Amino acid sequence: MRFERRATRPPLLTIGAPILALLFALIVAGGLIALSGAPVFEAYRRIFIGAFGSQLAITETLTRATPLILTGLAAAVAFRAKVWNIGAEGQFYLGALAVAAFGSVVPGVIAIPALMIVGALAGVILLVIPVLLRLRFGVDEVVTTLLLNFIVVLFVSLAIEGFLRDPLAFGWPQSIPVPPEARLDKLVAKSRLHTGLIVAVVVAVLVWAIHRFTVFGLQSAAAGANPKAAEFAGVPITKTLFKVACLSGGLAGLAGAIEVMGVKGHVSTALSPGFGYTGIVVAMLANLSALGVIFAALFVAAMFVGADGMSRALDVPSFIADVTTSLALLAMLVALFFTQYRIAR
Amino acid sequence: MTELIEILFTVGLWASVLRIATPLIFGTLGALLCERAGVLNLGIEGIMTFGAMIGWLTVFFTGDLWSGVIAAAVCGALFGLLHAVLTVNLGLSQHVTGLGITLFAASFSYYIFRLAVPVQGSPPTVEAFENYPIPFLSDVPILGPTLFTQTPLTYLAIACVVILAWVMARTPLGLAIRITGENPHAAEAQGLDPIRIRIGCIMVGSALMAVGGSFLTLAAFNSFFPTMVQGRGWVCIALVVFSMWMPLRALLGALLFALFDAYQLRLQTVVGKAVPYQLFLMLPYVLSIVALVLMSRRARVPQALMKPYRRGER
Repeated sequence: MRFERRATRPPLLTIGAPILALLFALIVAGGLIALSGAPVFEAYRRIFIGAFGSQLAITETLTRATPLILTGLAAAVAFRAKVWNIGAEGQFYLGALAVAAFGSVVPGVIAIPALMIVGALAGVILLVIPVLLRLRFGVDEVVTTLLLNFIVVLFVSLAIEGFLRDPLAFGWPQSIPVPPEARLDKLVAKSRLHTGLIVAVVVAVLVWAIHRFTVFGLQSAAAGANPKAAEFAGVPITKTLFKVACLSGGLAGLAGAIEVMGVKGHVSTALSPGFGYTGIVVAMLANLSALGVIFAALFVAAMFVGADGMSRALDVPSFIADVTTSLALLAMLVALFFTQYRIAR
Repeated sequence: MTELIEILFTVGLWASVLRIATPLIFGTLGALLCERAGVLNLGIEGIMTFGAMIGWLTVFFTGDLWSGVIAAAVCGALFGLLHAVLTVNLGLSQHVTGLGITLFAASFSYYIFRLAVPVQGSPPTVEAFENYPIPFLSDVPILGPTLFTQTPLTYLAIACVVILAWVMARTPLGLAIRITGENPHAAEAQGLDPIRIRIGCIMVGSALMAVGGSFLTLAAFNSFFPTMVQGRGWVCIALVVFSMWMPLRALLGALLFALFDAYQLRLQTVVGKAVPYQLFLMLPYVLSIVALVLMSRRARVPQALMKPYRRGER
């Protein structure tokens, strides 16, 4: 089979392809649900109800989507410039840890914005190291950022059992709590939904604006599409990639900071059920568009929250949510390919 | 201080070096074969997880250890085929595809494992591979109990190193693979089929990765639990760079890495509570990064690595 580049992209296909990809993932996952002996349509109905069926369900889905929007943006920003930041998980944790460490240092009035900046900076520092190693020594950042994830999680474990240990946690390994004035307000009473969601959405719009309207946005896309041509056209590649690293690492660090201030109030090694890695799925489902990330994060969060409830009711392993979203990622890659290429006759 | 050096002279340390190195040898060889043909396979972490799961599950239900290894290899090759269709036939981004396959294969493993084995207090176990002392050779002092008293999978790993080194350096097939990784257009001009060569290499390489994963559940431990691969796949990707894409150096890298790992495990018991144990656990990952930094400047990367090949397209 051979493929040729399409001269034009049919608008119907551009809209239809991602929908087909999602349908494909849901159908295959349906087969896997059937394998467990559970009724497939009932399972999907319960996933939907579990994610959107009540006020509590909706607030849980939005709470889950908040960090995913930010880690999704972190991946989208980096991947556009072909900076392969797979380290969002580590940046998330370091951002969270920085908030716990500096929580009692910053004065109460400016605590929230200051701690968000501190968390973001921690993420920046963690990503700048591997990106500088790439720019200076040609070390592939995929492997270094991945390995740094493991190092950071161990460091978090070290910190919460050592210098940041909460002595009042009955021996549970968790960090000292964030002071009350640094906790984010609830958006809906008696739910976990917090103002971090607003921050995440505003940041997504800002990133979209940066991509759309600034020179840096254009330069980062050019550096990703064809670095040689971009350099020839006068794009300062090194500088651009460095800025991309700062933005991407900062977003992932901010995600960790907001999760600590908004949901948990303290850091433990169970803070993230893989938000960093899932951010990659979110970014790819959104085809690296900053506004698309909001919707992709909602879809992924709904899958996870809904699958939790469905899993308890029908005894289907809740890993089905991970399977579905990762299948959707692979299907989306193929779908996007066919919006650009077609089978040659 | 002398205790730190004494560790180096214990037989137990050196016997565990080969054991710790075995999954890394398989994984590194697999990743190396893919990269030599020009394809980065980041599916490795997930494929190793799936190999660990399916190998264990097969043995759990059939009781036959080698069926488990074969099941792992076959499933690994199938994931390799999926990777190949996406990255070779369609020419999609090798980074994103590989990560996607890792996420998919890992979560799929957990799902199937949970379906087959309901949650219990302690995970069920199988009769794992036992050490198979090679007759006569295992009686040699020092070398016997370290080199020649291992599980059959470890011997298989060493055999794979020798076979792959020979195939790469001395056979027409190896030459064809190397040309494909350096310049697929030249390979095509020589009448070779770069697409087929790449698909074959990814399938065989992924099978090796999965067998490496199965060592974890069939020899190192005797049960399966989520996240048990713990970044070994990523370490293998780093070891490929360290090996400069040569199988014998890959063996050396895996052994060196395992030596540090085995040493830090014993060091923990000597140093005790004075140093947080997490620092020791970090060491292997820090070491991989250091190795990458040191080797990257001298690295001679296959020239067509990560460049998709489409007929008639430059």
